Amino acid sequence: MSFMQKPKVSHSQLPRNELGLTVRDYEGSMSTLCAGCGHDSITAAVIQAFWELSIEPYKVAKMSGIGCSSKTPTYFLSQAHGINAVHGRMPSIATGANAADRNLYYVGISGDGDSLSIGLGQFIHVLRRNLNMLYIIENNGVYGLTKGQFSASADVGSKAKKGEVNQQPPIDPVIAALTLGGSFVARSFSGDKAQLVPLIKAGIMHNGFAMLDVLSPCVTFNDHEDSTKSYAHTRQFYHPAVHADFVLSKKPIRTAYDDGEAMPVELHDGSTVVLRKVSKDYNPTNRAQAYSYLHEHQKRGEIVTGLLYIDEDQREMHDISNTVSEALRDLAYAELCPGNAALEETQNLYR
Amino acid sequence: MPSRSNDFVIKIANVNGTGSASANGLLMKAIFRMGIPVVGKNFFPSNIQGLPTWFEIRVSREGYVARSGRVDIMVAMNAQTYARDLADVSAGGYLIYDSTWSRDKQLARDDVTLIGIPLAQLVNAQFENVRARILMKNVCYVGALAALLDIDMDVIKQLLKETFADKEKLIAGNLKAIELGYNYVKEYCDCPLPLRLEPMHATDGYIMVDGNTMAGLGCVFAGATVGAWYPITPSTSLMDAFKEFCERYRVDRGTGKHRYCIVQAEDELAAIGIVLGAAWNGARAFTPTSGPGISLMNEFIGFAYYTEIPAVLFDVQRVGPSTGMPTRTQQGDLLLCAYASHGDTRHVLLFPADPAECFHFAVTAFDLAERLQTPVFVMSDLDIGMNDWMIPKVHWDPKYAPDRGKVYSKEQLENMQIFHRYTDNDGDGICYRTFPGVHARGAYFTRGSGHNRHGGYTEDAADYQDVLDRLRRKHDTAKQLVPTPVIRSKKGVKTAIVSLGSCDGAVREALDVLAREGTEVNYLRVRGFPFSQQVEEFLAHHEQVFVVEQNRDAQLKSLLLLETTVDRNKLISILHYGGMPIDSRGIVSGISDALAKGAAA
Ligand SMILES: Cc1ncc(C[n+]2csc(CCOP(=O)(O)OP(=O)(O)O)c2C)c(N)n1
Ligand code: SF4
Ligand SMILES: [Mg+2]
Repeated sequence: MSFMQKPKVSHSQLPRNELGLTVRDYEGSMSTLCAGCGHDSITAAVIQAFWELSIEPYKVAKMSGIGCSSKTPTYFLSQAHGINAVHGRMPSIATGANAADRNLYYVGISGDGDSLSIGLGQFIHVLRRNLNMLYIIENNGVYGLTKGQFSASADVGSKAKKGEVNQQPPIDPVIAALTLGGSFVARSFSGDKAQLVPLIKAGIMHNGFAMLDVLSPCVTFNDHEDSTKSYAHTRQFYHPAVHADFVLSKKPIRTAYDDGEAMPVELHDGSTVVLRKVSKDYNPTNRAQAYSYLHEHQKRGEIVTGLLYIDEDQREMHDISNTVSEALRDLAYAELCPGNAALEETQNLYR
Repeated sequence: MPSRSNDFVIKIANVNGTGSASANGLLMKAIFRMGIPVVGKNFFPSNIQGLPTWFEIRVSREGYVARSGRVDIMVAMNAQTYARDLADVSAGGYLIYDSTWSRDKQLARDDVTLIGIPLAQLVNAQFENVRARILMKNVCYVGALAALLDIDMDVIKQLLKETFADKEKLIAGNLKAIELGYNYVKEYCDCPLPLRLEPMHATDGYIMVDGNTMAGLGCVFAGATVGAWYPITPSTSLMDAFKEFCERYRVDRGTGKHRYCIVQAEDELAAIGIVLGAAWNGARAFTPTSGPGISLMNEFIGFAYYTEIPAVLFDVQRVGPSTGMPTRTQQGDLLLCAYASHGDTRHVLLFPADPAECFHFAVTAFDLAERLQTPVFVMSDLDIGMNDWMIPKVHWDPKYAPDRGKVYSKEQLENMQIFHRYTDNDGDGICYRTFPGVHARGAYFTRGSGHNRHGGYTEDAADYQDVLDRLRRKHDTAKQLVPTPVIRSKKGVKTAIVSLGSCDGAVREALDVLAREGTEVNYLRVRGFPFSQQVEEFLAHHEQVFVVEQNRDAQLKSLLLLETTVDRNKLISILHYGGMPIDSRGIVSGISDALAKGAAA
């Protein structure tokens, strides 16, 4: 229950980040999700990523829609403002919040129902806007909170707990993001923290819309045999294509990797993601190649994961609208009000 | 016929997409510049090209702004609607037609003087280009009217110069077309007509402007920085205006960067979401829309009410239900907006009556939204929003500072033990809020699900009710903050009108007509919801109250019945809802008939 406080005990022995904070300083209230729910593992990865990046928790704004997945922002960063929007509409809240202050870190948590069913329109449009935020879809193929109906990401042939078989083709957020011009497209698995944490970090630091689809099994309604979103199925068909190692700015990078295999991509703030390709023919900066690779492997039932596409040069919403670099909400009124002379001048045009 | 100067109506019937709007605008402006009060109403189709459109100009020495119901001069430029346009002319009036082509002789009236002017022939002889011929035919009738009505040609020349700035060729072309019409009429017709214009000085200090422009300007002066919208008639020009003024006044001289952010959203659901996200994060944000947009926004409006996020919505009302008649006017969204969204919700509404109030109420709306931390609706309509009205120039108080309401600063947060979002520290139902990214102690979780006064999730009956009851108290606080009604009353008069918004001009004219007939009626114009105490008192002081509004279901009357203690037998509706702006005649007859019946009974 969210009103349960976690015991605040001293953790003098815990490691501290550059701000002198321990990982506990990045936690939220106690999760109320089912034991074993994939969403809780993602929460842990989010906490780890923000801690590792040494970001002041209160400089983050966290937001979500409605669903089990959308409850999770209460479970991390209790010192950050959070907002639970209505079902499927978090992208518009994020757009407005970001419009008001472009200098905070924005992280949005959504579900497959929230983003791909009711919220598909808003999801696609926030991606089009290339809003500067990390957008995580905790993808379990069902509506957890309303007890197990198929969502739009359910695979053809996947069986619901009560035996119903899904017949409609799934909407894959990765394919959608790739084809609709997304500037950062990634997929991971709640059970692979080693892969997930650097992806979250890279997504936070990416200058634009970072879409991270995370397979996150619903142990209560969609983790049985014949479900394609179960832990067992995901593990069996898991296919990491690109590992992403996130390196904070000004640290040496090249030495650790074999040339040809490693591909450093510099982010806006000077930090770097080093992409280690599992397969030599994969190119995560070429949209068309990324797409055909995904398509090939998905035909075989493989779940391709990693930082699948990145374009750090795509302009984000504020660059396109040419907004001032300060937060609009902090501008002094004197900078906003044209004043009496201007009012007179304007009105004279209507004489 | 006796001369009737400065008191008549010119109606121009045309086809849309022919550029008649600028010709009509020129005509109206010229009259305005002669110092004569004038108002224009545009009746246009929901279409881009080829359908009938009318423009009605009322010249009124007295300064009446509603339609008069008369047509004294019809300019019949549309063969399709000729019969109907002729029928519309008031007895003793004039009809001007293009005599280039032979007219259907069946169509004539003994009581209407026909004036034929070969507009197409005159223009075609002088202009080669097809598009120019279409446009100039319209300019040509302006020239003809200038001669017939005695419009000052210098004023027209000056207006052309201002309109086309440095484009000499355009000025010359337009002037040529004007002169063609002018000279023809001077040569072949008796001019001026008994209906004519005489210069006055009644428009000094006034401007001619539409409500959407003034509302957009108001948003700039209010310090709004985020605007989100999805295009919909008749609200679109509000965001166009905001953008234009921002481009003029909010672009950093040095860097060229914008001190505003306008997002054209994918739909109205997103538009209101963007407004709420921005306001939650501390910016002044707004969305202009119309009824269909409000319908879509309902879920988020309830969210904003319950989570207490300020938002400013402009509902430029048009005719419903459904798509209805998008280019016609109505006041049909009163109930929709007053209680928008599921559950116990109630909202603050402002009712501007003209473009000047659109400007002022835009500013008020932001102050109230932030003071009360709730959505505020500015209930304009197509008539106010899109037609040009004559208003006194608005003035700006240089001492104005935005009322940001109760917001804890970084310093305040630094010095407090603990922050709770929904505790009523001051007893007015209004709590303190914090902005993201300011201080860790200010952090809280905004949720549309059940929450207690500390902002925590709850399913507990008492905790839930505690917050809901406070929200009701807050709404009661709003009664003292909304703009007070405008009252025109005489002691001892027991009959009254209560009305709102764009009915004002028609009501005021009706009051004058009734007074001339010996019937004194008092008047209250509601300017805000929830109703202030003065509304309650005014209703109590009168025995019979006519509620004048532009919708079928008597929505203002319903609100008065629901939200005041008025005796329902006192209230009599006068309703107008065909989509044309209301005029005084229905009000006068409605009241006269009811009073006569009452006297007979
Ligand atoms: C407008 C609206 N319709 C329906 C619901 C009910 N509802 C709540 S959560 C949910 C589905 C959530 O699914 P998903 O986003 O996949 O989240 P999960 O619970 O699976 O993590 C639905 C249909 C709602 N809250 N609002
Ligand atoms: S129902 Fe499924 S998604 Fe929801 S908390 Fe339980 S396991 Fe997680
Ligand atoms: Mg789901």
